[in-house]
Amino acid sequence: MKENLRTLLGAGWLGWQMEANWTDPFLFMIYSVAKPVSAALILVFMYIVILGGVATESTAFAYIFLGNAFFIYVGQVLFGVTWVIHEDREHFQTLKLIYISPISFYYYIIGRAGSKILIATVAVVVTLLFGIFILGIPVDAFTMDWALLVLCLTVGMACLVSIGIALAGITFMTAKHSGGINEGIAGLFYVFCGVVFPITQLPAWGQSLGYAIPVTYWLEAMRKALLPAQQLEGTGLHGIENFWLVALLAVSALFFYFLSILIFRLGDYLARRAGKIDMTTAY
Amino acid sequence: MNYAVETKDLTRIFRVKKRRRRRSESKGSEQDVTALKDVNLRIEEGELFGLLGPNGAGKTTLIKILCTLLLPTSGKAYVAGNDVEKDPYPIRRIINMVSGGETSGYGLLTTRENLWMFSQFYGIPSKEAKKRIDEMLEAFGIWDKRNAKVRTLSTGERQKANVIRGFMTDPSIIFLDEPTLGLDVNASRTIRKFISDWVRETSGRTVLLTTHYMMEADELCDRLAIIDEGGIVACDTPRNLKKTVSKASSLMFEADYLRDPDKLKGIEGIQNFTYKHNGQMNRTLLTFIVEDESAVADIVSRIVEQGAKIHSLEKREPTLEDVFVSLVGKGLA
Repeated sequence: MKENLRTLLGAGWLGWQMEANWTDPFLFMIYSVAKPVSAALILVFMYIVILGGVATESTAFAYIFLGNAFFIYVGQVLFGVTWVIHEDREHFQTLKLIYISPISFYYYIIGRAGSKILIATVAVVVTLLFGIFILGIPVDAFTMDWALLVLCLTVGMACLVSIGIALAGITFMTAKHSGGINEGIAGLFYVFCGVVFPITQLPAWGQSLGYAIPVTYWLEAMRKALLPAQQLEGTGLHGIENFWLVALLAVSALFFYFLSILIFRLGDYLARRAGKIDMTTAY
Repeated sequence: MNYAVETKDLTRIFRVKKRRRRRSESKGSEQDVTALKDVNLRIEEGELFGLLGPNGAGKTTLIKILCTLLLPTSGKAYVAGNDVEKDPYPIRRIINMVSGGETSGYGLLTTRENLWMFSQFYGIPSKEAKKRIDEMLEAFGIWDKRNAKVRTLSTGERQKANVIRGFMTDPSIIFLDEPTLGLDVNASRTIRKFISDWVRETSGRTVLLTTHYMMEADELCDRLAIIDEGGIVACDTPRNLKKTVSKASSLMFEADYLRDPDKLKGIEGIQNFTYKHNGQMNRTLLTFIVEDESAVADIVSRIVEQGAKIHSLEKREPTLEDVFVSLVGKGLA
């Protein structure tokens, strides 16, 4: 346990250095604020252009805005976790050195993911503050469901890291396509998990797929936590009570946790068999 | 008895992808590369054991298997009695690895930070780790680079830091894969001296060193295995290996550029020979291992027949290179 904690902290420290050390602190601060605000503005302008005017339907706008804000976690964590394998192996050529050290590689990746979650949290908070104070998203700190927020955020992060680790297992076997796999999976989640439109808009098979992915329940739970009194109807999850929403999230997250262990171990074994742990391909 | 390292009929074949096979004109099975073939080795605790062979002989593949980075295709490999395939974790607790000619390291971190981070993965308390790192940075003469970003270090400095990373965890068994590759004389000497001192400082420390530098192998190793094309061709102390060719003589000729040195093959009394062309000087350097010195007359006449003039002839004591040439039939370079 102590060893795993040490691995987590060491990997977390390394991840933070990599995320924050590429420029001076002031520029890093500007970047941390400007990037999520710019990303949010893209969505705002698209919404305005499509509706031919300002965002008048506040419930729908809040649905889209909050979904998009929390989706920052999905992109950052999934991409970040799998990128650890690619970056350590190809760019820094340290993967083999970490691999042969007496640590749980699983914990190493979780540690590295920690810094991604921290960076993503800054981006999500900046986006939310921008939405609340500039765009008028009616989130009220006194009426929001803090317990639901903390609980589902924790379970959601564990779930995202698990999915990331599963992808990391696949990345062990790939070089050229590792970036594409992360972005492809994140893109699938963007379409099928009710990020900017309810999954009821999807064909039946698409809805079934959406219901099988924990991110769908997680995003809905986040919206319910922040805006408990103002929920968009017809999302497919609108009528579900918080308890069942959390239960569905927990069960699907647990399934993905075990799946991630299985896929990661398989990827690890196959990579070791194929001699890909220290592969450098210049991709 | 548990050996530090033991391999039994260890074989590693790298399969070539099917897609490539189809494009190839030759049959699929012929595309597979046998990196190691039935390797049997026993390295005792406390030995500084060398693996000598040319590029592509299988040295790095063997190190990768022993470090738990790669699985064998068949056969067995044990490190401190643990099967590399089934029990990698106990092995990882007692080993470390340093490879030469690499650019590994987190360029954004300083030398000290980079080393500290690795120390944390080996469970060394932070304070103790920093003390060890500082001592070793000083011993390797790169103390002034402690706060320099890794990306700014020169090749030699980076390799010294790499060696520190390997040794600071105080492993029972360390695998050194060409640790002085591409380094200047001074940096190589510092690293060789450190390795030699380290293994003799405390009993039970084992080093497996791969190299294609004969002098390095001769100077450092208690025992040596000569590896070529994935197989072990000889294994003994450097002294005993040299004895195997001591009855033979090693003769070095420097002659004008020879268009066809292979014509010298087949002279009676020659055990083996190698040659190197020196384009700049327009000369050819020939090394003969001869069982019978009467072969010298024939060698001279064959060289002269090609219209070349002999500039020098030297008889040397047998070296590991001669052993290698005698066993493998070619030079290392």
